[in-house]
Amino acid sequence: MLKADVKFVERVKKRAEFNATACINCGSCTALCPLGIDLHPRTLFRYVLLGAREMVLENTSNIFSCLLCKMCEDNCPADVPIVENIRALRNYINRDVFRLIRG
Amino acid sequence: MPLPIHDVLGIFSDNLRTRKCVVPLSLGKVDAWAKGLDIPFGGETVLYTGQMYQLVPAINSMSAMMAKFENSWITRFFGIGRVLNRISNISWFMSGVDGKEQARYNSMLRNIAALLKTAGVEFGYLYGKELYSGALVYDVGLDDVFSEHAKRVYRVFKENGVKRVITVDPHTTNMLKSVYPKIIDGYDLITRSYLEILAEKEMKCVKQLHLELVAHDSCVYTRQEGIVDEPRRLLRAAGAVIHVPELSGRLTHCCGGPLESLFPGKAHEVARKRVVQLADCGKSIVTMCPICMANLRRAANNTLEIKDISEHLVNGYCEVD
Repeated sequence: MLKADVKFVERVKKRAEFNATACINCGSCTALCPLGIDLHPRTLFRYVLLGAREMVLENTSNIFSCLLCKMCEDNCPADVPIVENIRALRNYINRDVFRLIRG
Repeated sequence: MPLPIHDVLGIFSDNLRTRKCVVPLSLGKVDAWAKGLDIPFGGETVLYTGQMYQLVPAINSMSAMMAKFENSWITRFFGIGRVLNRISNISWFMSGVDGKEQARYNSMLRNIAALLKTAGVEFGYLYGKELYSGALVYDVGLDDVFSEHAKRVYRVFKENGVKRVITVDPHTTNMLKSVYPKIIDGYDLITRSYLEILAEKEMKCVKQLHLELVAHDSCVYTRQEGIVDEPRRLLRAAGAVIHVPELSGRLTHCCGGPLESLFPGKAHEVARKRVVQLADCGKSIVTMCPICMANLRRAANNTLEIKDISEHLVNGYCEVD
């Protein structure tokens, strides 16, 4: 069962910009990703918005696999700042999980 | 086991904090390329390498080693490696650099300096004072470490009276043009890539290149900075015929480079895909970024001729001895 952490989005947004509310779940990002189907920004962002912290952390490897090449963002019909969102998730993991930077 | 993300990032972070670079170069390697070129120190306009071209040979050997470590038992000991790295820079031991390779990347910087001089651009260089831009640490989301470093880089420019910066690679260009202004209050450096400057100068070709080249565009130049036409214009004006794969310009396919330190296997897969796309269009590839060049060359394994754009431009626009 999905466990929701209501403060998760706030923690992600604390030190970085995260904005995925405009995502229309069309799948262009997934289709265009040079890495193929491993990374699904739209799924990942949905987890964040739902507060599904554990599901996001299960994708740590995928989050750090993103090339930040902007192929998805440049072609996103909803103008979701995908790359900045991925960086925000990396920042969150570096703070709250890896403890590499201050929280 | 995959490479431990936490420990690899920890090593990068420690290195940037204490040694001012993610893969610190030994003293003298940063500015060795400029030896004998008589570029003045400092000035209002400087050529800023961000150490990227100089770093590529070290990154190459580091990546080769990481690829061997990936999925091996050694990954369990990366934590110890991180502790040791705080005492002594382990990347010096890990990254035995090929001298020929270093000389080639240094020559690309010499080409860029020669092209700018031929175009009549006056510039200085900060030599040993020049710092790495911090691009990799920004990408992996270590924002505090990056921000502290970016301010240090900016301070070096300001202390030396720099007003305008000429960059040589897409990652450094993106940092100084688009990222630093967001995090540094009062940031006022004017940054331009050398390709933008050269394209504007409408230089006269001294030798027709008579080459058919396949252009691999950089993701960062095209999608982040909108630099697409400048490299093509310069090459075409020097007599080269440019072919492009279906995925090019703003739709260019990544070279896989950004993954080489954490996921060398995936980086290689992405690069292989791109090499196949490029090979469909021809055998001579031109890149605009040292990271793209390194990654594609590794994946092509000598089946394609892959050169940096500066290696062609210098032949077309400069009187070579």
